[in-house]
Amino acid sequence: MEIPKSFLGYKRENGRAGTRNHVIILPVDDISNACAEAVANNIKGTIALPHSYGRLQFGADLELHFRTMIGTGKNPNVAAVIVIGIEPKWTKKIVDAIAKTGKPVEGFSIEGVGDIDTIAKVSKKAQEFSMWASEKQRVECPISDLWISVKCGESDTTSGLASNPTVGNLMDKLEPLGVHLCFGETSELTGAETVCEKRGKTPEAQEKFKKTWNAYNDFILQEATDDLSESQPTAGNIAGGLTTIEEKAFGNFQKIGSRQFIDVLEPAEEPTKGKGLYFMDTSSAAAECVTLQAAGGFNIHLFPTGQGNIIGNPIEPVIKLTANPLTVKTMSEHIDVDVSKILSREMNLDQAGDELVKATLRVANGRLTCAEALGHKEFVMTKLYRSA
Amino acid sequence: MASTDIIIHDEKDNVGVVVIEKITVNQDCNCWIMENDKSAKIQSLNEIPLGHKIAMSDLKEGETIIKYGHDIGKVVKNIKKGEHVHVHNVKTKKW
Repeated sequence: MEIPKSFLGYKRENGRAGTRNHVIILPVDDISNACAEAVANNIKGTIALPHSYGRLQFGADLELHFRTMIGTGKNPNVAAVIVIGIEPKWTKKIVDAIAKTGKPVEGFSIEGVGDIDTIAKVSKKAQEFSMWASEKQRVECPISDLWISVKCGESDTTSGLASNPTVGNLMDKLEPLGVHLCFGETSELTGAETVCEKRGKTPEAQEKFKKTWNAYNDFILQEATDDLSESQPTAGNIAGGLTTIEEKAFGNFQKIGSRQFIDVLEPAEEPTKGKGLYFMDTSSAAAECVTLQAAGGFNIHLFPTGQGNIIGNPIEPVIKLTANPLTVKTMSEHIDVDVSKILSREMNLDQAGDELVKATLRVANGRLTCAEALGHKEFVMTKLYRSA
Repeated sequence: MASTDIIIHDEKDNVGVVVIEKITVNQDCNCWIMENDKSAKIQSLNEIPLGHKIAMSDLKEGETIIKYGHDIGKVVKNIKKGEHVHVHNVKTKKW
């Protein structure tokens, strides 16, 4: 199949392109959620991103909080941003960083004002942003404007056999066209870590991966009471036939095809080394991982599932594919791309990869994903340790 | 081409994956080895559901399960050729 060279996206002030055109109301902290949600309820065309943290965090955990907030605002799928925090200082820090993209952004703080007057003030600004964004038109953008992240969930053996290799096939086809790609899930590479390390393009990338994986593994060994048998593999994984973390890891690893990664990113870190594949240090919990990848600037997500994970993200469209014929039957409303014919050898990987490329471009052009149509907008902050 | 009941990733693998809704006891199954596009046959000893593994040879306690051509865990209870392979007879070597 000849791959189209362009898609219809929203060009942003900084040159990036979005596959979506959201106006977001971003609370800095847990206690500003109510205000953010009230504004989003008042003003059509806006979406609130409530979450559970943002108070008394410190050190690397606080840095990650800011990186996630700022990255989410900077994402090209976001047209304009309103930031609401209890205090002005942290609110301003986030506003100033997002403003560097050139997109409209405004911050508000609640202390000394109260929820009701804040909601009134913010609603006026949100209305202005929403009506401004509504006039933005999709324009032709080169396919290299796609930044594609991947993560699998509720995996079973069909994931490693077919849906993950389908994503790998797409990566092999699209990387030469100059797209950015990202995989994560540090813990789920356990068992395949030495094989994965060798996929680093440079000795530096390999060394960085080794260090990142070792740090995660040390943490797991330190915190686990017995082993991770209640979590990795999950009950869903086991029901689907996956027996050990090693088996899950080698299945997971099929998602990058035959690609090599050029750098290792911190959680929510934006890549800076140009086009190509990146590894991001993330949890393997679906909503946490996709939230971090979206904050890293990725604008479309591919999510292979076996037993049927139903995750979505508020700003990054999540495309689901599965090769499990039972999941296709029982959970059809969640599945964007069915590649189960690979198992019956009625479809090969090349054909499945082509189908996924087509689906990805349709979604990039504006088609809603199943998760979007069903209203899934899981926005979950990663917390590194307890607050002060 | 006979329909495929079991897929094996790599020639070195000692387990295969059931890709039909389930295989029944004493079923003669057609296996497809993806790596070299060869075929094989095996008779099942248990009912095994979609996505679950079957032993392609006798495996003794302490031996290694190979899938994707790689080590994916150790046998903790002897397994006969054709038997269901899962958490009751295989465990991780990690953690």
